[in-house]
Amino acid sequence: MKIGIPREEFPGENRVAISPGLVPKFAKLGYEVVVETTAGERASYNDSAYEEAGASIVSRDDAWSADLVLKVRPPIDGEEIEQLNAGTTLICLFWPRQNEELAEKLGKQGISLLALDAIPRISRAQSMDVLSSMAAIAGYRAVVEAATNFGKYMSQQFTAAGSTDPARVLVIGAGVAGLAAIATAREMGARVIAFDTREAVKEEVESLGGEFLTLEFDESGEGEGGYAKVMSEAFMNAERELFEEEAKKTDIFITTANIPGKEAPMLLTTKAVENMKTGSVIIDLAAETGGNCEATVPGEVHDHKGVKIVGHTNLVSRLPAHASQFFGQNLHNIIKLMTKDDGFVIDEDDEVVRGMLVLRDGEDRWPPPKVERPAPKPAPVAEVPAPVVAKAAKTAKAKSHGHAPEPSTGNGPLIALAVTAAVMGLAGAFAPTSFIQHLTVFVLACFVGWQLIWNVAPALHTPLMSVTNAISGIIIVGGILQATTDASQVVLILSAVAILVASINIFGGFLVTQRMLKMFRGGSDA
Amino acid sequence: MPDTLIIVAYLFAGVLFIKSLGGLAHQKTARRGNMFGIVGMALALVITFLIDKEFAYTYAGGAIVIGGAIGAVLAARVAMTSMPELVAILHSFVGLAAVLVGFASFLGPQAEMTAVEHTIHEIEIYAAVAIGAITFTGSIIAYAKLAGKIGGSPLLLPGRHGINVLMVVGLVVGGVYFVKTGEADLGLQLLIANTVVSGVLGLHLVAAIGGADMPVVVSLLNSYSGWAAAAAGFMLSNDLLIVTGALVGSSGAILSYVMCRGMNRSIWNVVFGGFGTGDSPAPAKTVTDQGEAVAASPAEVAEMLCCAQRVVIIPGYGMAVARAQHAVSELTRKLRERDVEVLFGIHPVAGRMPGHMNVLLAEADIPYDTVLEMDDVNPLLEDTDVALVIGANDIVNPDALVDDASPIFGMPQLEVWHSGTVVVFKRSLSPGYAGVANPLFFRENTKMCFGDAHDSVTDVLAGV
Repeated sequence: MKIGIPREEFPGENRVAISPGLVPKFAKLGYEVVVETTAGERASYNDSAYEEAGASIVSRDDAWSADLVLKVRPPIDGEEIEQLNAGTTLICLFWPRQNEELAEKLGKQGISLLALDAIPRISRAQSMDVLSSMAAIAGYRAVVEAATNFGKYMSQQFTAAGSTDPARVLVIGAGVAGLAAIATAREMGARVIAFDTREAVKEEVESLGGEFLTLEFDESGEGEGGYAKVMSEAFMNAERELFEEEAKKTDIFITTANIPGKEAPMLLTTKAVENMKTGSVIIDLAAETGGNCEATVPGEVHDHKGVKIVGHTNLVSRLPAHASQFFGQNLHNIIKLMTKDDGFVIDEDDEVVRGMLVLRDGEDRWPPPKVERPAPKPAPVAEVPAPVVAKAAKTAKAKSHGHAPEPSTGNGPLIALAVTAAVMGLAGAFAPTSFIQHLTVFVLACFVGWQLIWNVAPALHTPLMSVTNAISGIIIVGGILQATTDASQVVLILSAVAILVASINIFGGFLVTQRMLKMFRGGSDA
Repeated sequence: MPDTLIIVAYLFAGVLFIKSLGGLAHQKTARRGNMFGIVGMALALVITFLIDKEFAYTYAGGAIVIGGAIGAVLAARVAMTSMPELVAILHSFVGLAAVLVGFASFLGPQAEMTAVEHTIHEIEIYAAVAIGAITFTGSIIAYAKLAGKIGGSPLLLPGRHGINVLMVVGLVVGGVYFVKTGEADLGLQLLIANTVVSGVLGLHLVAAIGGADMPVVVSLLNSYSGWAAAAAGFMLSNDLLIVTGALVGSSGAILSYVMCRGMNRSIWNVVFGGFGTGDSPAPAKTVTDQGEAVAASPAEVAEMLCCAQRVVIIPGYGMAVARAQHAVSELTRKLRERDVEVLFGIHPVAGRMPGHMNVLLAEADIPYDTVLEMDDVNPLLEDTDVALVIGANDIVNPDALVDDASPIFGMPQLEVWHSGTVVVFKRSLSPGYAGVANPLFFRENTKMCFGDAHDSVTDVLAGV
């Protein structure tokens, strides 16, 4: 079966669907890869690189007429659509909710269409999720753009010529892109603060070395007994006010609040921009859908009273080589899933495949039926500081947690402790001292055993068992203690048999362990 | 010898046992760990004889000599492939000893004690005998299953949970009467009844556990044998017994837990579940509707291996049965001479007891640093040219990951099917111990090499 990789014609798109490194992997799955000439050029993969990897370089028409066409962007209305043959399967980013008209036209061509952006967000599909891999790249690139446009150091400097403070970077939204931005900015030595309405991401932010900023509503008379269901206008206003305040001390804003198909929420007001020092930078990752900043001009680096607002619409495309490589790897994982013994199959019983399926042989298959589980979030480009349940209120205040995350504690050990305490309490109330002493010893020994065994290498489980077996032969002591001269004949015989079998255990156990352990040898010290 | 000195000596023996288990954590310290155990045990024995009592030295000494000799012969003779059976039968001895010690304690002269102390003592005897009896019969059934004396498939009586509950209730009721009655005769009868019912309970519990769960059962019985020793310690007011029993008991419990995690199942499911049986619908798939398996001759396999850069060998119980480990080792050596990288992938529940495969490979002189655990080997399989599956089945079943109707769904697998070619050494296409069909055999990149694993590997060896 033939896989065609056409050149991306969308203006400003530098990526290509797969990098040359993936060609052998597709070959291994049984596919022949044909690449349109110069398809990878802008991602620094030239034709010879593909050829060396085993692909053939073909004309535009040939690439489009393959059985399976892999693309980054949706096909452009007109020429690109007409090139598709009936029976072809096209896999690309598509945004089926926004592109109904285009889908209809493609349907008339009789093709099958899988939308990469509609992949269900379940753990099995993680390795296929292009939105996540692209968002991470965008987050990284956002920091690089910020540093480029920022006329200052990111990190703290102590030099003979003077010293500088680290840049203060505020990342709005700690989704995939946000987290990548936090990590990158930290690596460059900046002080990073991240805002998200979801308290749950606090730990992730802190694990990357960021400080967590959240919006806290005080209880107030109004709205008593009721919680606002979605992020209310009051909440949005409070959020904007918070950023206006934060803007005074922030050097770089990176905003990642982006909802595909909807206008991005406006979070940074013109006032916030004006509150910033001149020379400050705002990177608006939502520029394509209108921007999170009031002053953003999509597609441009705009200067608003000395503050640079970077509104590039396709940041990922500014890191095209690795973006193409990851994109291609995601595609590979999808195709691998869909390759059965008898070749490429669109298996509608597979939740992942069904989730992506828009057209099947021209027939409209969108939207997929709801899967019975908590509905996955509508796939965001970068995670959204999503509408949350917030207490309605009047006054808002910012709360910054800068301290290290506390060690997480589950309930399991606590429950076990409580039960132990209860049992011991009961025993303590009724039992004689001697028993309590034994119980103490018993419980402590259980804990010691518990701690010891976790460290044992699995390879040694058999010797471990035979040695514990030998040790449990200690019951021989019980037998010996009973075998006294003043005991009755019956007791003597019982004890003697007990001693006998326990001895088998002790000698057999230790000796066989010895025998086994002698056999284990390392590669180096043999 | 003064009592305090004895207590201190016991304490020291306990410390040595802890050091012993700690030493077993790593290959480098394992042998020293075993030595600590031996020294601890010797110390405990010597000290016990120094207690200020008139011991019947001939009985005790004679029993030790005879028992020791039997143990030594067993240890020297047992084949490494039969380790699980040996360990299981040794567990039964601890259980038996606990029962006997319990009876001896009940029948022997009683020390002076208060009423409360007496009640507690009675409870201790009753519990020690019950745990001992469960361990005894359970281990014997485990032994019989492992040694192939009885079938491996689970015995599932109708209403078996009810039967178990009934027996436990019976034991508790009997226990209450046992403690209350002052008559020695009735007490003895109740204790015998206790032994019988506990014995049947142990038998029934283990008989209901299927063959594939045997590794868990073996370590679970290991745990029971520890608890039996600890109960005897309470009965005899002997701290050394308590400490040692608790160490063994909790270590066995953790091992069982680790095993269960390896199979992605809860321990309760293993203990009470039965496996791939009445409780869950039998797999509908039969061998025929899965396509055709492609056979390969040993010569073809040899050729494939010689051309490979990396070979991963997945051993299973089949290798143990055929005693093929030495042939495998020879094959490994020859391939290494040809600069082929050879690694081993061990599933946590491969074989019939935890760590079984590692022992066999070690016996065959295979360096332990080329023997990898499942999580380490899985990522490497993608870049592996040939995966050799030798007598393994349920641990290399792709259905377990994708087909939620499969009875072993959710059990982590060695994902051999990602490698270039999979060669399966197997007697036939029949399902494995869990009774589940394996679609791996019918995949395009799978070649079957039918026959006894030992003969097949030897034939391959001739071709290399």
